Formats: sequence, C-alpha cells, structure tokens
Amino acid sequence: MGHAQTPAAPVLALDGITKTFPGVKALDGVTLELYAGQVTALIGENGAGKSTVVKTLTGIYQPDGGRILMDGEEVRFPTAQDASAAGVTAIHQETVLFDELSVAENIFLGHAPKGRFGLIDRKAMHKDAQAILDGIGAEIDAGVRLKDLGIASRHLVAIARALSVEARVVIMDEPTAALSRKEIEELYELVDALKAQGKAILFISHKFDEIFRIADRYTVFRDGQFIGAGEMADIAEAELVKMMVGRSVDQIFPKRAAEIGEDVLLVAGYSHPTEFEDIHFTLRRGEILGFYGLVGAGRSEFMQSLIGVTRPSKGAIRLNGKVRVIRSPADAIAAGIVYVPEDRGKQGAILDMPIFQNVTLPSLPRLSKNGFTRMAEEFALARQYTERLDLRAASLDTTVGSLSGGNQQKVVIAKWLATQPTVIILDEPTKGIDIGSKAAVHDFMSELASEGLSVIMVSSEIPEILGMSDRVIVMREGRMVAELEGEDLTPETLVRHAAGISSKGEAA
Amino acid sequence: MTLLKSREAILVGAILLLLALVASRFPGFVTPSNLVAVFTDTAPLIILALGQMVVILTRSIDLSVAANLALTGMVCALINVSFPGVPVPVLVALALGLGALMGAINGFLVWKLTIPPIVVTLGTMTIFRGVIFLLTNGSWVNSHQMSAAFKAFPRENILGLPVLGWIAVIVTLILGLVMSRTTLGRAFFAVGGNPHAAVYTGINVGRTQFLAFVISGMLAGLTGYLWVARYAVAYVDIAGGFELDVVAACVIGGVSIAGGIATVGGAVLGALFLGIIKNALPVIDVSPFWQLAISGAAIIIAVTFNSRAGRSKGRVILKSAEHAQ
Repeated sequence: MGHAQTPAAPVLALDGITKTFPGVKALDGVTLELYAGQVTALIGENGAGKSTVVKTLTGIYQPDGGRILMDGEEVRFPTAQDASAAGVTAIHQETVLFDELSVAENIFLGHAPKGRFGLIDRKAMHKDAQAILDGIGAEIDAGVRLKDLGIASRHLVAIARALSVEARVVIMDEPTAALSRKEIEELYELVDALKAQGKAILFISHKFDEIFRIADRYTVFRDGQFIGAGEMADIAEAELVKMMVGRSVDQIFPKRAAEIGEDVLLVAGYSHPTEFEDIHFTLRRGEILGFYGLVGAGRSEFMQSLIGVTRPSKGAIRLNGKVRVIRSPADAIAAGIVYVPEDRGKQGAILDMPIFQNVTLPSLPRLSKNGFTRMAEEFALARQYTERLDLRAASLDTTVGSLSGGNQQKVVIAKWLATQPTVIILDEPTKGIDIGSKAAVHDFMSELASEGLSVIMVSSEIPEILGMSDRVIVMREGRMVAELEGEDLTPETLVRHAAGISSKGEAA
Repeated sequence: MTLLKSREAILVGAILLLLALVASRFPGFVTPSNLVAVFTDTAPLIILALGQMVVILTRSIDLSVAANLALTGMVCALINVSFPGVPVPVLVALALGLGALMGAINGFLVWKLTIPPIVVTLGTMTIFRGVIFLLTNGSWVNSHQMSAAFKAFPRENILGLPVLGWIAVIVTLILGLVMSRTTLGRAFFAVGGNPHAAVYTGINVGRTQFLAFVISGMLAGLTGYLWVARYAVAYVDIAGGFELDVVAACVIGGVSIAGGIATVGGAVLGALFLGIIKNALPVIDVSPFWQLAISGAAIIIAVTFNSRAGRSKGRVILKSAEHAQ
C-alpha cells in the first residue's frame, strides 16, 4: 500500500508518439507514463490504439514521430531484442510459448545461461528457472513440459519468462481474457507481488472491475488520441466510461430509415454446452440487429451455431413462420441464412480459385443440375453481383489471389449476396479496414436493409453499433444481458452491460 | 489460369526436348509404334496419378495406392484361378468396387477419426500388403494358372492402341469432366484451396476428402486388375514402391503438395515425363542407378519451377516497376 504515492519521474514515458498506417492514423501524438511500483491501466475501445502502443514499446513497430523516454533519457527500440535488453517485456494475450519444451527452457529460450564451449548450462538454467517460479509463488516444477500445464500455469511461465530478463517494465495485454475466476485472483496477487518488487506495470483490460481492483493509475485513449490520465482514486466508473466512449462528431453513419416489416427470424432458447446459453430474439424484415459484447463474449460462437458449423444442445429457430432445423452450413444457405465471417482472409475467399467460382461456390446447389455446373449461368450470376459491388478486375476468370485486399473483400460479400439470403450475418464487418472503406460498407448495409434483407451485425466498435443498429443485444460471458433500443441505447449502457458494471455510481 | 497453362506448356516442351535428345542417339525411340508402347507402358502411372491428384488437391496424400493395386490384382487373379468362367467385365467391376472400398476405408479414417492422411495410408498400405500374404501365404499366381481371356483384355488392340492405353485415355477424359464441370470437382478445389472458407460455403470438408480417397482407391483397384493381367503374374510385392512414382508424377505435373492447385493435364504430363525417362534411359544405355538419380533430379527441378512460379511478386511500390509487371 505504501507504494501508492507517485514517485517523482516515470520509468518509461511516451511523448507525442505518432504512428500512421496506410489510411489510418493509429496513434496521434499520444502520451503515456509508467511509474515504478505502480500499475497503470490503459483503457480504450477496440481501435483506440492500445495494441499499437504495446508494439511500439516492445520494438515491433517504429513510431513515425515522438520520443520514447527511459528514466528521462530518449531511447530507441529498433528491434524486439533492444526493447527486451532495456528491460521492457510484454505478456501477450496469447502467450507465445513452446509446448514441447520444458518450463525452464521456455523461460530462458534465447538467453539461457551458457557453460563451457558455449553450450547451455542446463543445471544452472533449471535452478534459476525454479528460483524465479518460486519467487512468484508459482507451484510449478521447472522440469515439466509446458504442454502438461493448464492455461493459468502457462501464464505464470510467461510471467516468469518476463522476469528472467530483469524486466523493469512489464506489459500485460488482457492477461485475464482466458482465465477462470480463481486463476484471475492468483494473477492479481502476482501483479501485487510485481508491484512490490518495484516493476512498472502497464495493464490493458476491458473489464472495469479488474481495472478498479488492480490499477493505481489510468490512461485513456480514444481513436488513437490521448484523452486523459490520472489516479484511479480520483475517478468514478461513469466518468471513465464517458472518457472512453465520448464520441467524436466526424463519424457519420448513413443508416437510412428502412421500413421495418414482419418478423423474419425467431430464435428461442439457443444453448451450447460450453459456449453460450439461452439466446433468444426476434429479427424483423429490413432491420439491422446489433450484437455487442467484449471479445470472447460468445457472439461469434453463437452465430456459428446458428448457421450449423457447430450444433446447439438446445433451442429452435423459425424462419418466415416455419420451423427450421439447421445441421450444416449447407442447410443454413438453403434456408436463406448466411454468415460473413470475421476473418475474411482465412475464412473468406479461396485465393487460388477464379473470381467467378468463388462467387458462385455457395450457390452451386442452386446453379447445378445433376451435379454438373452450368458455366453460362455461373458467369451471369458472378457478373451480376460483382458489378453490383463495383468490383474492378480484368476478368472474372482471374484468381482472387491476384486482387487487392479491398477487392477480395468485395468478392466475399458478392459470394454471400449471390445466394439471395433472407438473413445476412456480418461478423465485425469493418474490422481492419480504413475509414473510407468503412463508410462504403456501412452504406451498403443500409442499402441491404432498405431492400428488405434482415441484417445481424456483430461488432465490438461502439460507434458502429450505435450508428447502424435498430436494436442491440448485449452479450457477456455467453449470455444475453440486455436488449437495448431507442433512448436506452447509449455508449454508457452498452459498456455497462458488456463489462458487467453494477448500476451504482450512475453519473449524470 | 495462364500460369497453369504455361506450366503445362513448359512440361510439353520438356517432354519434346527429352524425346529429341533420345532420338538423336536412338532414332527408333520416336517411331509411332514405340511411342504407343511407351504410352501404354505409362498408362498405369497415368491412371494412378489422376487419382492421387484428386487426393493431394484436397490437402491429403494416399500412400496406399500401390498396395491397393496389388491386393485387388491378387483377388482378381485368385478369382480367375478358382472360377475361370467369370467374365472380364464382371472382374473389372469387382476391381473398381474393391479398390473403392479400400479407398473408402482410408477416407473414413481421415474424415471421421481425423487422423492425418499420411499416417492412415501408411498404415493401410502395410495392412493391404499383409492381407495379400494372408490370402496366398506368399505364393505366386502364375501365367499358366490364368485364363486366356483374363490375360488378353489389356493387350487387346483397338485402332492401334491397346485397351490399357485406351483406359488411361478414358480415365483422363472422365477426370477432366469431373474436375472442370461438376460440383464435386469444384468442391475438391475449394477444400484444398481454403478448407476454412469451404466450410462456410456449405461444403462438407471431411466428406469431400473421403470421396477423393474413394476415387483414388477405385482407380488403384482398376489398375490392379490391368497390371496383373498385363504382366500375367500376381504376388505380394507387385508394384512395390510404385506409390512414390505416382506422387512424383503429380508433383512434376504441378500439383501443389499444399493442396488447392492441380490440373488433369498437368498430372498426365507429369506421368508421361516420368514414363518416358524410365523407358528411354535403358535404350540409350544409361545404367539403372543413374535412372533413379535422374528421376529424382527431375522431381526436384519440377518442384523448384512450381515454387518459383507460385511465389508472390511482393508489393509494387516503385513507380518505375509498375509497368515492368
């Protein structure tokens, strides 16, 4: 507790750091200060620039402008090794460790103690590893293979690895995302132990209870800009939420008032043994229904079950008044429900295939006769939908792999529209694309809705959810926690429900 | 598409060059009758390479084809010995069915138990050979035990080409049709190109791989009868190691080992290239040891070509490079 007072100078500071990617300003002159023996929480929505900061601090990205200061001296981290040598270490969301190596080898990989002839001194390595593990109270034998450990223990190994390089600054990027309650408590104790050792800790999390439990200071980013910083003791939840989501006015959403018609899709009691429980809603014609939640809230998992990739344990759906059983994606496509996955690179197009074959792939059952494809009709369908999306390609016969990223996206969307669906599910439709393309995607969604399509949009971006949805369902930990509409639909209510903040501390 | 076409053009060029080289030492090699003989001799490799092509296309591999061939061939021979009256068309149908069944076993293990294809087919390869041993106790079925009709069928000459050669032609045409004009063919490409994406488009990835193994097995079974009848002998070790020639033919023919890229023309040309090397080298007095080394070198050169062609060009940033593309 005695460590809470702010020491004079920060161990590590970012001063006016700017980082630009083609089309996006990821960081715009941000400031961040980390103090010895203190936990600083970095707070911001998806796309606020948190990951870019982590990558800048660990030498993976080079800033375009601004200075990195260590103990007041300007430093540069041209490579990850330089950052690590300076004592900055990160524990990532998905820890990068090696299953087949022992715990000690994992901890000392790349900087193992060497003995005679430059060979690894296994004895010393084992002893040092065990000492570090004992030091953080981890009951792990340094000799066991990593693959025999659970997730929580792996995290401890990652932390031990961070400590093995004499870290002064420890970055924890959503360390609790994959942990159970008990494991999270253990992690908190560990963070306290690191604080007591005088490490400066940067803690990135979406969970407010966690931030209030563990952090001494906060820094808020929004859209790549520094919004504010201060001591946790001086701020209430409601204020933090406001700083985090407070909207810049330059984002315009072209949601047209589509005519909302009759009920199209009715989902009742959809459950899965491990991923989600009792999801139920009605979707109407011409409606855009938003699904909001933190990463890992079970939204994508539910959608995949809805289209038959995984099977629900319970639940039923009714489409246009008829009960439908969907056992496979083929059933879903035949019923008129299509899903545009989040990872369009990996799950979207087939790069070695020509454009027209990509577009017609899910429509082939309809386009073929006795198992034979019909080229003329395939080309006609592909031409119709690629023209509609304004796809520019020399020929529909060229492979998708030869197109630019933006045009590949268009192929994927054309593919799904060509099935003439009643319900289209878009999973993070604008993730990782630049502002200009975002507007085009939003415009297009509105157009679909106004043509009478029912749209489900899974998004983790609050402006997008607010700007595009007629109604929003919020999910947390696999359950529906709120269904918001009209006046209830505000950034604060969204964050409150998604992060599980109690309604105490209501401000304004 | 143009890339694949040009790859096939390169292969055709390589084959013509090879023939020209051999002809310069031994002109008799390129007479029509000898070329027909070489083609017929390569027919089993062509048929098996086409089946293997489908399997490799779906990101799998079938190492059991030669063992499947040997077992089916032996079963056909044993039936012929015990029931000489069974007509050849029935035997052919039986060979197709038995081969398909063995392919289905492979496919089922890959699909339902999700065991890696290389492990599954390595196992079944040994099992199939073992079954031949169980059936025969290691004894041979020799020419004099087989009926005349049984032995005559693959050698029957129609319009100057033996039936064996015609079957390779017909299989090529059928596979060409399946790969380019059917939804199943399209599914093979989709599953190999991007299985994650294929799932969402309503394709059952496991089932598609299963069907690829069935096709490969069926063609191996067919070749089994043809092989045993042509050489008029059946024993445990026939076509031993032939599965590697089959995979090599595919690789030379531009079939991507990573899946998703293959052409029927490429597989056939790859098989022909290997077949011509095997037939030509003894003619021009190259020792059998060198034959192996030359075949191996051809495989590595082919793979080098493929990987260079498939390598992405990288980003064009320089203005001056824009037009050079």
